[in-house]
Amino acid sequence: MVENRPALTVLTHLTLVLGVVIVGFPLYVVVIASTQTAQDIVQNAPMSLWPGDSMLENYRVALWGGVLDNGGRVAPAWPMMAVSLASALIIAFGKIAISLLSAFAIVFFRFRFRTACFWLIFVTLMLPIEVRIGPTYSVVSSLGLLNTMTGLTVPLMASATATFLFRQFFLTVPDELVEAARIDGAGPMQFFRDHLVPLSATSIAALFVIQFIYGWNQYLWPLLMTTNETMLPIVLGIKRLLSGGDSGTDWNIVMATAILAMVPPAAVVLLMQKWFVRGLVDSEK
Amino acid sequence: MGSLSFERVSKQYGQGARAVPVIAGLDAQIADGEFVVIVGPSGCGKSTLLRMVAGLEDITGGEIRIDGRVINGLEPAERDIAMVFQNYALYPHMTVFQNMSYGLRIAGLASDEIERRVGHAAQILEISELLARKPRELSGGQRQRVAMGRAIVRQPKVFLFDEPLSNLDARLRAQTRLEIRRLHAELRTTTLFVTHDQVEAMTLAERMIVMNAGAIEQIGTPESVYERPASLFVASFIGSPPMNLLRDWAALGTRFQEGVVQNVGQNVILGVRPEDAVIVDAPPSGALWPFAVEVIEMLGAERLIHGRVGTESVIVRQEASRPAPCAGQQVSLQISPSKLHSFDARTGRRTDHAAP
Repeated sequence: MVENRPALTVLTHLTLVLGVVIVGFPLYVVVIASTQTAQDIVQNAPMSLWPGDSMLENYRVALWGGVLDNGGRVAPAWPMMAVSLASALIIAFGKIAISLLSAFAIVFFRFRFRTACFWLIFVTLMLPIEVRIGPTYSVVSSLGLLNTMTGLTVPLMASATATFLFRQFFLTVPDELVEAARIDGAGPMQFFRDHLVPLSATSIAALFVIQFIYGWNQYLWPLLMTTNETMLPIVLGIKRLLSGGDSGTDWNIVMATAILAMVPPAAVVLLMQKWFVRGLVDSEK
Repeated sequence: MGSLSFERVSKQYGQGARAVPVIAGLDAQIADGEFVVIVGPSGCGKSTLLRMVAGLEDITGGEIRIDGRVINGLEPAERDIAMVFQNYALYPHMTVFQNMSYGLRIAGLASDEIERRVGHAAQILEISELLARKPRELSGGQRQRVAMGRAIVRQPKVFLFDEPLSNLDARLRAQTRLEIRRLHAELRTTTLFVTHDQVEAMTLAERMIVMNAGAIEQIGTPESVYERPASLFVASFIGSPPMNLLRDWAALGTRFQEGVVQNVGQNVILGVRPEDAVIVDAPPSGALWPFAVEVIEMLGAERLIHGRVGTESVIVRQEASRPAPCAGQQVSLQISPSKLHSFDARTGRRTDHAAP
């Protein structure tokens, strides 16, 4: 329905602007806070909504670490960002690889308990990670994988959601395509590599975006299993900056780190936006 | 090049008591280089048979041989066949060239040989300028050609076509039909072509196999199938409009029929092609059948006259140049006894007495 009435146009724009402001204002405050000095933020209550002049200094300290005027030490953010990036990438690619293969098995092969397998995978959708985090921790710790990249990523890899998504996509692949490939002499793995993976490209891209953000934003699992500074992801790094007790929190550094933590997922979304939308909207066949 | 033979081939789905038989004990021989069309109504097992040759369906019983070699247990790619699917089944993410060369690449052919074969096939099919395109950028007819090209480059012993024309519009279908014939004349590859369209079957086939309910009703040239249908089913399936069947002809009681009865005996169903009945403007007597005209359809070069002989509805095909009767008029039909077909009312098989 397309209506063209000025009053409506104004109203829709007002609504949109309101939405943008509600979503954008906290982000704006974060950005502003990251440009001021710690004193400015604490002393002017409420803090000024105009940019301060210590932006470069704040980001330098947040990224590379350093000693602040008030004597507080700040750990550098970039190693934590590297950990986050590595684990998010491993989780995203691992999830995609595993779910592609399991969906392939469920859809294209006839074996005993096939439906049972599918439902077993599907049922895990109903269990949030928090429910099984105790047993998972116990397994990972007895395997001696605490504070390792393997321990950080592998337990998060299996994904019922992604398996389900690929299964639904594979079900739409026409039988004739499979048969044509068989007549052309393609074996199962050849069919998988030459046809299914290229056909799923858009779904893979969409999933990559979702899973990358999922991996990047992991909090509970790293919180439990990383005790070592070197394996700390950036999300936990922010938490570390919030010092409890007597010493004041350096909000400017916290906010700068938060912005830094936001940049990679935002970049992934922006760069893959076109693919992401295509993957969710149409299934190119 | 290869011959193809079916020996007691059967197919059933499911096991034991719940088994559903689809094809029962089918025998047929197809000679090297022959173009054979399998025609039948949907559900008669013709596509299943084709897919059994291709290796996409298991063969429950009997043997299928290509060039004398039993192919029952072989993978589709090992059978030396190529198949064109109804919806073409082109690989959507590959260019035309990649589509056509995919099987050859898997077979491990040298890339200059692949290019030579694809180039040659593309030239035959006049799709050389489309090689870099993706299937979604092609029209239906072009996709159809690519699908055929994919079959041609394999240089198989047998081509299998599974209703490849049914997704094309009428004009393109007629054109592609001719092209398939031309292609066959050029390549002389044994071809098995499945269709439910009897016009397609008649125009394409060197020999046709008419199937019904999982069994072969008749095998023969289009001419022989049309002129001497082996059963009631074939008589009513081949020909458009179909053959007129007179079940209750004995009740009409004219002298002509006494002669017929003497020839064919009791309990037969008589059949006559619409073009074999001639309308004469005379009262029914002797060898003439009474015909009440109901509706007249003008088709251009000819007209179809629908009416009744007694209680049976009958269609007469008449050249447009002949004088047309009026709807509602009572006329007579002259049918040469040599043009009458007769079928056993019980078995549906042809009884050969009335035929010349």
